[in-house]
Amino acid sequence: MIHTMECAADAQSLISISLMKIHNSRTQRGGIKLHKNLLVSYVLRNARQVYVKEKYAEIYRMQQYEEVMTVCNEIQELNPLDLDAEDAGDEEQARAACCGEEASLCGSACHRGAAQPAAHARTASALYGCSPLEDGGKEPDPSYYRSCCMEASPVPHCDQFPANGSTHCNITTVLDLDTHVVTTVENGYLHQDCCCCDALQCGQGAQSPAKKRKVEFGFCTSDGEEVSDFTSACKRAKREDCTYFHLDYTDTSNISNLISIFGSGFTGLLSRQADLEQICSKQVLASLGAWTRAIVAF
Amino acid sequence: MAGPGGDMQWCFSQVKGAIDDDVAEADIISTVEFNHTGELLATGDKGGRVVIFQQEIENKNLPQFRSEYNVYSTFQSHEPEFDYLKSLEIEEKINKIRWLPQKNAAQFLLSTNDKTIKLWKISERDKRPEGYNLKEEDGRYKDPNTITSLRVPVLIPMDLMVEASPRRVFANAHTYHINSISVNSDDETYLSADDLRINLWHLEITDRSFNIVDIKPANMEELTEVITAAEFHPHQCNTFVYSSSKGTLRLCDMRASALCDKHSKLFEEPEDPSNRSFFSEIISSISDVKFSHNGRYMMTRDYLSVKIWDLNMENRPVETYQVHEYLRSKLCSLYENDCIFDKFECCWNGNDSVVMTGSYNNFFRMFDRGQRRDVTLEASRENSKPMQVLKPRKVCAGGKRKKDEISVDSLDFNKKILHTAWHPQDNIIAVATTNNLYIFQDKVN
Repeated sequence: MIHTMECAADAQSLISISLMKIHNSRTQRGGIKLHKNLLVSYVLRNARQVYVKEKYAEIYRMQQYEEVMTVCNEIQELNPLDLDAEDAGDEEQARAACCGEEASLCGSACHRGAAQPAAHARTASALYGCSPLEDGGKEPDPSYYRSCCMEASPVPHCDQFPANGSTHCNITTVLDLDTHVVTTVENGYLHQDCCCCDALQCGQGAQSPAKKRKVEFGFCTSDGEEVSDFTSACKRAKREDCTYFHLDYTDTSNISNLISIFGSGFTGLLSRQADLEQICSKQVLASLGAWTRAIVAF
Repeated sequence: MAGPGGDMQWCFSQVKGAIDDDVAEADIISTVEFNHTGELLATGDKGGRVVIFQQEIENKNLPQFRSEYNVYSTFQSHEPEFDYLKSLEIEEKINKIRWLPQKNAAQFLLSTNDKTIKLWKISERDKRPEGYNLKEEDGRYKDPNTITSLRVPVLIPMDLMVEASPRRVFANAHTYHINSISVNSDDETYLSADDLRINLWHLEITDRSFNIVDIKPANMEELTEVITAAEFHPHQCNTFVYSSSKGTLRLCDMRASALCDKHSKLFEEPEDPSNRSFFSEIISSISDVKFSHNGRYMMTRDYLSVKIWDLNMENRPVETYQVHEYLRSKLCSLYENDCIFDKFECCWNGNDSVVMTGSYNNFFRMFDRGQRRDVTLEASRENSKPMQVLKPRKVCAGGKRKKDEISVDSLDFNKKILHTAWHPQDNIIAVATTNNLYIFQDKVN
C-alpha cells in the first residue's frame, strides 16, 4: 500500500534507499540483476547530483551570509553606537560559521580584523561559489567531479572547535571555474555540524528535526530559514538512529565502493554531466555564475 | 472495441489456480502464451513448471462456451541449478514460453529460465500396442518354451495420455539473464536475448549459437543501458527488434552484417523535460516489445504507458496510451517498495485493433486504437460467476471520489497483472494475476 502521505523525495534518503537496494541485491536468489541495479544506480546518480548541488548551494548561502555580516561589521565599526548585544551575538555566530567552513583555509585568521574575513570570505566564495553546475553549456571534467564527491578522508581538521568524536570530514578539491585556482578544502556537512551547528543553535529555537526538506532546485527566500533548516537536518543526521544512516550510507564516497561490490562501477553514469542541466533550473545556474563573478569582481 | 451492436463486453469464463490467499512462491505465474491457433494456452511459473490448457473442441459450436480450457499437460521444465564457478544459484522460474508453428501431430514449444532454453515436444498417445509374442501384458518376459504360435501385435485405443519430452537443451550461451526468446518466421531459427547480448540459434543445433548483438562495453563501468526485450519480425525473417532500458527501440537487419550492433533504425521519443524526476530513467525503461500481427507496427510498454510505433517513423510513436498516469506522483513510494521495477507485458488482439496490458489491483486495461476508447477491467474472484459481465472500473486520481470509483491510495500494489495474452483469432483473453489464470471472452448476444 502506498503511504497516504507521499514520501519526501529527499535526495539523502533516496541515496540511502538505493544503496540498501544494491546491498540487498547481492544476496538475492538468482544472482545480481544487472538491469535493476543499473536503474537503481541511475536514481543514485540523480539523487547524488541533487544532494551535491544542495550542498554547494548551502555552502554558497553560508558564504553569502558571511559576506553580508562582514559588510555589516564594517558598517557598525564605522558607527559603533548602533552595535548592540544581539548583533554581537549574531556576529559571533557568523564568525563561527565562517571559521567552521574555512578552518583549513584561514586557521586562526578568523579572529583577525574585519577586513580579513572579507578577504577570506571572498576567497572562499570564489572557491565555493564555483560549482560544477554553472556555465550551462560546459561539461566539467569528470575527474574534477569525481574528486569533489567521492573522496572521503575522515580527517577532522577543526582547530578552533572541538570535533565530535563521530564527526569526520570530506576533503574536497575544488576548481574555481572563473579563476582556475585549484584548492583543497573541507566541506563535509558533518564538519559543519560540529563547528557551526552548535554555534548557530543558540537563538534559533527548537527546530523540528522532522521538518522535511523539499527537493527545491532554487534558493529559499530567507537565508536564516535555510541555515536553520540545514542545521536541523544535520542534527537529525547526527542524532537519529535511523536505518538510513546505518553503515554511513550518506557518505557518498561509499557509492563507489558499493557499486564495485557487484562488479561494475557505473562511474560512466557519474561522469555524465549533461543531465545536470535537466535537473537544475537554468535560472539557478545562471544566478550562481553571476554571483560568483560579481563577488570576485568585488 | 465496438462490435456489432455497440461496445464489446467481456464476460468471465474460467479461473485456474488455487483459491488460497496465501500464495506459494512457486505458483506465481511468470508467463502466458497462446499457440498459433489458440487451441492451446501455456503458462509458466516461478517453480519451473509449465501447464498447458487445451480448448474444449466439443464446445466450438456453442459460442458462449468456446473459451472453456482444460488442463492438457503439466510438466517440470526447469529445475534450480547452481553455478559453482560463480557461486550463483540459477532460478528455475520460466521467463518466457514461445510456441513453434505446428508441423505434424505433435506440438513444440520453447521455454527458458535465466540461462537455459529447452525445446519441448508435447505429443498425444491414445493407442497402445497389445499382443506381443515374447512379453506379457505387464511386461514380464514369457518363457519361450510356452510359445506355440505367433501373432501380430495390434494397437488398441487407450485413454488419452499427453507426454512432454525435452528434445533439445540450448545451454551455456548466456552470461547474463535471459529476458526474451523469439521464433523466426523461417521456422528454423530463433533468438534469445539477455541483458547485453542476443544470440541466434538453429532449432536443430544445440552446441553453438551465433552472437548477433553485443552491447557490452569494453569497460563495464561505462555501462549505461541493457537489452530488455527482443522479437523477430512476424514475416521478415531477416528483421528483429530489441528494446533497451533507456526507452529506445532498435530495428536490425541481419542481411546488413553478421554482427548487428549497428541498427538499421532507431526509434526514440525525446524526453519531456517538464516530467524530469529522480525516476525518469526507470519509468522510461521498456519492459516489453511486440510486433503487430501485420508487421507494420511495434508496441512498447514502459512503466506508465503503452506506445505504438510505426516502422516507418523513428522520431516518435504514432500513438501513446497512459495506463496509470495517476501513479506518476507516487513514484517515490513505488521505488521504495520495488513496484517501480515491475515488468508489465502487453499484447495485440488478432486484427491489431486493440491492445491490452496489465496494471495494479488486478486491473487490466484495453485500448481500442480505432475507436480511441479505453477500458479498465478487474480480474477478481468476486466477479467470477459464469458468464458474468465485467463492469468497467475507474480509478479516482484526486478530488472527490465518485461512487464505484477506487482511490489511488486504496489500490493493492501486491495484486499486479504482469502477463496477459490474447487469442490469435478470437476474442478470448487470458489474464494472469499472481497465482491465478483468468480466462474471459466477449459477450455473445
